[in-house]
Amino acid sequence: MATAAAQQTARTQPGTGRDGTAGSIDADDALARAFDAAVAADERIEPRDWMPDAYRATLVRQIAQHAHSEIIGMQPEANWITRAPSLRRKAILMAKVQDEAGHGLYLYSAAETLGTGRDELLDKLHSGRQKYSSIFNYPTLTWADVGAIGWLVDGAAITNQVPLCRCSYGPYARAMVRICKEESFHQRQGYELLLALSKGTPEQHAMAQDAVDRWWWPSLMMFGPPDDESAHSAQSMAWKIKRHSNDELRQRFVDICVPQAESLGLTLPDPDLRWNEERGHHDFGAIDWTEFREVLKGNGPCNEQRITQRRRAHDEGAWVREAAAAHAAKHTTGAPQA
Amino acid sequence: MTAPSTDTPTASAALALGDDALVLSHRLGEWMGHAPVLEEEVALANIALDLLGQARVLLSMAGDEDQLAYLREERAFRNLQLVEQPNGDFAHTIARQLYFSTYQHLLYARLAAGDGPFAPLAAKAVKETAYHRDHAEQWTLRLGDGTEESHTRMNRACAALWRFTGEMFQPVEGVDVDGGALEAEWLASVEDVLRRSTLDVPEGPRSGAWTAGAGRQGLHTEPFGRMLAEMQHLHRSHPGASW
Repeated sequence: MATAAAQQTARTQPGTGRDGTAGSIDADDALARAFDAAVAADERIEPRDWMPDAYRATLVRQIAQHAHSEIIGMQPEANWITRAPSLRRKAILMAKVQDEAGHGLYLYSAAETLGTGRDELLDKLHSGRQKYSSIFNYPTLTWADVGAIGWLVDGAAITNQVPLCRCSYGPYARAMVRICKEESFHQRQGYELLLALSKGTPEQHAMAQDAVDRWWWPSLMMFGPPDDESAHSAQSMAWKIKRHSNDELRQRFVDICVPQAESLGLTLPDPDLRWNEERGHHDFGAIDWTEFREVLKGNGPCNEQRITQRRRAHDEGAWVREAAAAHAAKHTTGAPQA
Repeated sequence: MTAPSTDTPTASAALALGDDALVLSHRLGEWMGHAPVLEEEVALANIALDLLGQARVLLSMAGDEDQLAYLREERAFRNLQLVEQPNGDFAHTIARQLYFSTYQHLLYARLAAGDGPFAPLAAKAVKETAYHRDHAEQWTLRLGDGTEESHTRMNRACAALWRFTGEMFQPVEGVDVDGGALEAEWLASVEDVLRRSTLDVPEGPRSGAWTAGAGRQGLHTEPFGRMLAEMQHLHRSHPGASW
């Protein structure tokens, strides 16, 4: 570890190695070549390995945003826990929201292996310096939204995240393996919830259709901007953080959803959606990128509410965290006093 | 549906114990997305889920779980007044957990040791409630013996909920335990935790004359009706629908 730290110091001060000789530049080049070779060979980069600063920064940004999305994503679903219409559904929803908190914890741990702290990341979330997925700025207006989130939002998340199980950064890839297993379970539960509504009373069917109508386009936006506008894509793909482009994943998701919507007995709100024999894919209508950018800028329907609730939970919990720290300081024997 | 079927002592007891678990689970569910630290989002949800699991088994012993949960009026619920109390701050939630999980753990240990109709459920629930009790005790220690503010808040919470604790030891038809022995053990345990937490053992009555056994008879506190309105609204809006 000491060696890695020394190497890191040498690398971050190019041309002025620790001993002022050019030897460190050669060592630096060797490390960079070793990194490139490891990525090319599909080996995993681990926390103590040398990595380019920009690779580290990209991963911190992406993993933190992913963790924040899990935490903020608890809110739209928790909104329905106290109103879930059967005890079975209530248990499923509680378990799901609990899983999301757990996913947030895995991901903050993965981010921490890159030399940042959970408190620092939460602070960036609360102050708006780091983002979370745009999807969670939409409101859950009916019970069917819980199903639409499971089917479409978790479905989109899985499409995005399964390739991350092969991401070049080991701790992130391993977190994704665990998370994807649980996410696919949630997705099936959401589908099954919508199916029960779709086959239920006319009012329940209408509730399911309305939810799909409202969540379809925001779910397609979860894959990010089109490839020609995606700032980080090329570099992330070169580093094998990302394995497929935004548009590729979006297309894959649409192709998966169309037959699922049919078997649900629900329609997707896109008059331009049709099978294209030549491409072997579904063509679909234009996404409203103006809306996407507005939501990202903070002007979506729930941006203010989500971040306010998150900050309030944190601020109102401050005395609890202080109590835990004070108690630990009093009762930990042998530890150095702060 | 205003009055549940309580034809047998077992159904009557299942309803009382099931309602306790159902209502407290609901209150803990209200914390989700609001907890002071992420680990507590997980822990409170975990406890809520255990309780909901217990509620489902118990209510099913008395009838249809959803009919019983969603279609009874306030006056037909048999839960303790303690578990319906609003969450308040984290200290109130923890004080409620300390009082209730200690009771539930001692009760289920007795039921698990017997051969009555609740023995199979109790055998599983006793393991869950041991964890709930430990969680509540650990937080009582941290908050009581933490900062001045947490100490004050925890003392206030323990005192505020004290008057609801006597009801736990009123006899419940169909629950074959010695209430007096249970109460003595509960008191000794809670007093020990409070002392180790540098907290005061509250001095007021453990149940006013009008609260003794009240929840078990369907006499509840005002916040409970509002809780049920939220819990039952969707189910009641779609009569006969399946979910």
